[in-house]
Amino acid sequence: MINAGLKELSAALATKRISSVELTGLFLDRIGKLNGELNAFITVDPDKSLSLAADADARIARGDRAPLTGIPVAHKDIFCTKGWLTTCGSRMLANFTSPYSAHVIERFGAAGAVILGKTNMDEFAMGSSTETSFYGPVRNPWDRAFVPGGSSGGSACAVAARLAPAATATDTGGSIRQPAALTGITGLKPTYGVVSRHGMVAFASSLDQGGPMGRSAEDAAMLLNVMAGFDERDSTSLEREAEDYTRDLDRPWEGAGAGKPLQGLRIGIPKEHFGEGLSSDVAQAIDAALAQFEKIGAKRVQISLPNSGLSVPAYYVIAPAEASSNLSRFDGVRYGYRAPEYGDLLDMYCKTRSQGFGAEVKRRILIGTYVLSHGYYDAYYLKAQRIRRLIAQDFVAAFKRCDVVMGPTSPTVAFRIGAMASDPVQMYLNDIYTIPANLAGLPAMSIPCGFGDNELPVGLHIVGNYFSEARMLALAHQYQRATDWHMRVPAGA
Amino acid sequence: MSLSLEEVKRIAHLARIEISEAEALQTQGQLNDIFRLIESMRAVDTEGIAPMSHAQDLMLRLREDAVTESDQHRLFQSVAPQVEGGLYLVPKVIE
Repeated sequence: MINAGLKELSAALATKRISSVELTGLFLDRIGKLNGELNAFITVDPDKSLSLAADADARIARGDRAPLTGIPVAHKDIFCTKGWLTTCGSRMLANFTSPYSAHVIERFGAAGAVILGKTNMDEFAMGSSTETSFYGPVRNPWDRAFVPGGSSGGSACAVAARLAPAATATDTGGSIRQPAALTGITGLKPTYGVVSRHGMVAFASSLDQGGPMGRSAEDAAMLLNVMAGFDERDSTSLEREAEDYTRDLDRPWEGAGAGKPLQGLRIGIPKEHFGEGLSSDVAQAIDAALAQFEKIGAKRVQISLPNSGLSVPAYYVIAPAEASSNLSRFDGVRYGYRAPEYGDLLDMYCKTRSQGFGAEVKRRILIGTYVLSHGYYDAYYLKAQRIRRLIAQDFVAAFKRCDVVMGPTSPTVAFRIGAMASDPVQMYLNDIYTIPANLAGLPAMSIPCGFGDNELPVGLHIVGNYFSEARMLALAHQYQRATDWHMRVPAGA
Repeated sequence: MSLSLEEVKRIAHLARIEISEAEALQTQGQLNDIFRLIESMRAVDTEGIAPMSHAQDLMLRLREDAVTESDQHRLFQSVAPQVEGGLYLVPKVIE
């Protein structure tokens, strides 16, 4: 049961082969046994979860079920969850029990899904290893000496180690896709604006986007059906007709037959993502994955994203600038941490923020404060926004020649805990392939496609055009029908 | 460019973050590494390119001018560090 997909779990609940209370209990037991070592969850509350499961069972008994009714889902601790501790991985919010729920949490609630717990993450989602969490690092279930990636490392670990059937996460520069790659699961960052940001603790508002993490593309599609939807409380939420993201899963590409379901699909291969910096074990696994796509009918098209190399520099202006503004709300007055001792009001602010934020968050606030300060705004912030447009235009040109862009999600497999802790710049370069999609606002996903050094998973990165999630999930599903990388489970999990 | 120690302290003050001498020194080195990375933007000609502030070119929505929220101040203030009589308490600001 712990290795079953959501469709199978949903069917088992519908036919009452298992109850939600039993299923939730099964995963709570696994969390109880393994979380001490893996540190994937910050908060677990069995009584609350089992009570939600009992509600779901009553709903199923009434014949009033939706596809995810009764399925336990782990939520990244960035989503405000009414009555639950919502820490965002920070001391600043270590005492914050949210008085309201994020739109995403409301939607899972309406679907009858069970809250399984809140997952560990880099502090305020700033990191690529989940080592900046106030609650300590998350371990990679494939080898516990290694990081699971970040910032959504807790959600990724929970799904990979089968502590949860599925999880929510967020992605500002790669925080869904990079940990999905490093733990061998499927993660999708939707088109900016598809999932509401209401109640999602803000990092960089023009880049932040919530999305699903699951074992497979099919699971991700079922999760996105719940997560996506217009919300008037988020000013950037898009008013679009509801979509069924599972609709194309078993439909071959236009004009293709069942034998070669992706016949006609043009995969763009950006030369900039296969150059210096890409480790050879990852390059090998990616090449094998692309060859597999060719076997089922796709063809490769060489493309160029000439401004790709500028995405990390532009991101490290734009994201910290927005973060320094967003995080100014943490002042020790309305919620969260307040320093125990202080003099005047200014001293209270300075001590509260100095003690409440960790080192990486402070660094980014300082970068952001500097680039927005008097005399530097044009040279840094506006310059970065102009480069952002160049990067978005690269994709517009690319999508005239191909249907999707593919490459590695991350330049290497997972690295050892502590290996990059003292070198922020090296850590930032982990997201070199994922950041462009955030800057352009495009949907992008990572699917498992093999193993590299130290028997650690490799992720294939897929970027699609705006609103093409259903087609991306479908082609990932076709790949997963032909391969079994997504079925691999870490030993001891 | 390179940030001086004084500039690091000034930015920390602007950001309302208390910083010790030792922290400022360590931060100075790290920030300068990060700014070296950022500096590569300078070489790019962006003449005539409009800044892109957002992924979608959206107009902000307007809504009906109607009451949509009920008074929940008790609930929302229940998570505040210090509250009295419906007011947030902070150190004395006006003598």
